[in-house]
Amino acid sequence: MEQNIIKQEKNKVYQKSKLLIDRVMHYCPGCSHGTVHKILAETIEELGIQEKTIGISPVGCAVLLYEYIDIDWQEAAHGRAPALATAVKRLYPDKYVFTYQGDGDLASIGTGEIIHACNRGENITVIFINNAIYGMTGGQMAPTTLEGMQTSTTPRGRSHIETGFPIKITEMIAMLPGVVYATRQSVDTASAVRKTKKAFLKAFKSQELKKGTSFIEIVSTCNSGWKMTPVEANHWMRENMFPVFPVGDIKDLI
Amino acid sequence: MTEKILLKGNEAVALAAIRCGCDAYFGYPITPQSEILETLIEQHPEKQTGMVVLQAESETAAINMLYGGAACGKKVMTSSSSPGISLMAEGISYIAGAELPCIIVNVMRGGPGLGTIQPGQADYFQTVKGGGHGDYRLIALAPASVQEMNDFVELGFDLAFKYRNPVMIVTDGVIGQMMEKVQLSPSKPRLTDQEIEKLYGDWATTGKPAYRKRNIATSLDLDPGKQEQFNMHLRKKYLEIERNEVRYEPFMCEDAEYILVAYGLSARVCRKTVELAREAGIKAGLIRPVTLFPYPYKAIESVVPRVKGILTVEMSAGQMTEDVALAVKGKIPVWFHGRTGGMLPSPEDVFSLLKNIINGTFDSADVPGINYQL
Ligand SMILES: Cc1ncc(C[n+]2csc(CCOP(=O)(O)OP(=O)(O)O)c2C)c(N)n1
Ligand code: SF4
Ligand SMILES: [Mg+2]
Repeated sequence: MEQNIIKQEKNKVYQKSKLLIDRVMHYCPGCSHGTVHKILAETIEELGIQEKTIGISPVGCAVLLYEYIDIDWQEAAHGRAPALATAVKRLYPDKYVFTYQGDGDLASIGTGEIIHACNRGENITVIFINNAIYGMTGGQMAPTTLEGMQTSTTPRGRSHIETGFPIKITEMIAMLPGVVYATRQSVDTASAVRKTKKAFLKAFKSQELKKGTSFIEIVSTCNSGWKMTPVEANHWMRENMFPVFPVGDIKDLI
Repeated sequence: MTEKILLKGNEAVALAAIRCGCDAYFGYPITPQSEILETLIEQHPEKQTGMVVLQAESETAAINMLYGGAACGKKVMTSSSSPGISLMAEGISYIAGAELPCIIVNVMRGGPGLGTIQPGQADYFQTVKGGGHGDYRLIALAPASVQEMNDFVELGFDLAFKYRNPVMIVTDGVIGQMMEKVQLSPSKPRLTDQEIEKLYGDWATTGKPAYRKRNIATSLDLDPGKQEQFNMHLRKKYLEIERNEVRYEPFMCEDAEYILVAYGLSARVCRKTVELAREAGIKAGLIRPVTLFPYPYKAIESVVPRVKGILTVEMSAGQMTEDVALAVKGKIPVWFHGRTGGMLPSPEDVFSLLKNIINGTFDSADVPGINYQL
């Protein structure tokens, strides 16, 4: 009885974004991708830019991202999203263009494309999901895999002697003069989600200034790939990922 | 009528792109076609038509920029030469799989590997039999003059949009670099988004307005049934292209006893050979495939009953000649003459070989290059 009185339209303080398409996501429960999708949909809805937004989805677990958010999409080959985004933005300088990429996509096979798009200062937003692993292909080493971390291709733990160090691509990107905003966030707590949302709004808005690339890394969990429960994965991320990939703004020229 | 001017083949491609309302060009330098990018930047079409011209960081990036632009429904073009086209193979497959229109120009050089910067025609297999992964086809146009370098840009865009399929203009370093007089095409404005939608439909990813569903450019379908359906759809499209778009140029074939088959520069050489042969009283003719896909199998098949044999000439070790053999079906002999590594066939050499064929001395090894009977 009480409940029904409270559950009224006028009392609503929060609801699912209208741009999130009503279907079951294919992500593992606890995966960060879904939370970031929600933030992305909210950002586009709140800025009222659905008609002017073109998203470029990656190859990785988020390959079907275009099934979840109600905007126009292009599905890129593995790592090539920044090249597609470059063309779209150059042809439509007044539209909002973003890429959404995993660590394998952006920091391994697509390193060339991301570095040069950022170096040209393309007026796009890059959303970078760093879960330190290749989720989609079953948990192999990513360029961001931590030292000592076990994956299916580093079963004895990653050793820099064999396979190098976890790459801090966002710090590298931030060094490029074409980049106006580079930040590292997470989505493991309510307050982290709010901060990430702020970063999204800022990054998308910054496209209007036409001053350069905005880049958001989200330190993420892949509980399936890491072979942990969602709760364990969040703990593990805070304890092990944050020291290597510290959260916060790296560059802000907006 | 516009004026005729003297241009290199590569320059003609660049000017034709601007004049036919191309929206964007993305490319990476490589000999022998860098003049295309250079001419475009020199012309500064941003100022004239708003056309975007950008030097990409690699051919991989260039072809993926093409994907992005093409998915917006725009007329986009890139150009490269053999090693660069190999690097583009991934993107070409994705573009074909997403059914997007675009033009890729390949000004071929000799290979394999880094090969040579000199002209070649050894990318025939790559162009018409695959190159990238999966069951896809490119519409392939093979110009044999600077005029055709100009004309095939507009034709290429027409075909690309008609079938929503990538088009390759396949030519070689000689056609790209040589100068000839060209009748430029009339200048056309670039199309607006509204015009594109009216002409070609509303599939482009331009930002989703309230009145339509969201558009998605993708080559992915994880459902095997649907993926097979899609491949069947593609096959239907390619069959339609084979029915409608075969182009070739016959030369003195009516009474010919021997037919030469060659495309691009080799066809120009063979045309001269036909003239030499006719002067010597030998009834030779030439079939020049203009489209490499769809291939003029029927045109070749139709001469088989009335000729004694066919000589294919290519700047390769023998690639298109396999399609000639496919058309001939073993009914008459097919001989091959190829020059590689940047060496060019000459009208005289081809003529000598033709005489050897007639005299039954084909194997005499007095003509340089790769010669064999299939
Ligand atoms: C050219 C190419 N190489 C390899 C693959 C296989 N592959 C698909 S996704 C992937 C890695 C994805 O990892 P990441 O980008 O970190 O995304 P995640 O799944 O972790 O979100 C690989 C290697 C591919 N699809 N294409
Ligand atoms: S494999 Fe990892 S990244 Fe992929 S959906 Fe599952 S948890 Fe998410
Ligand atoms: Mg990953």
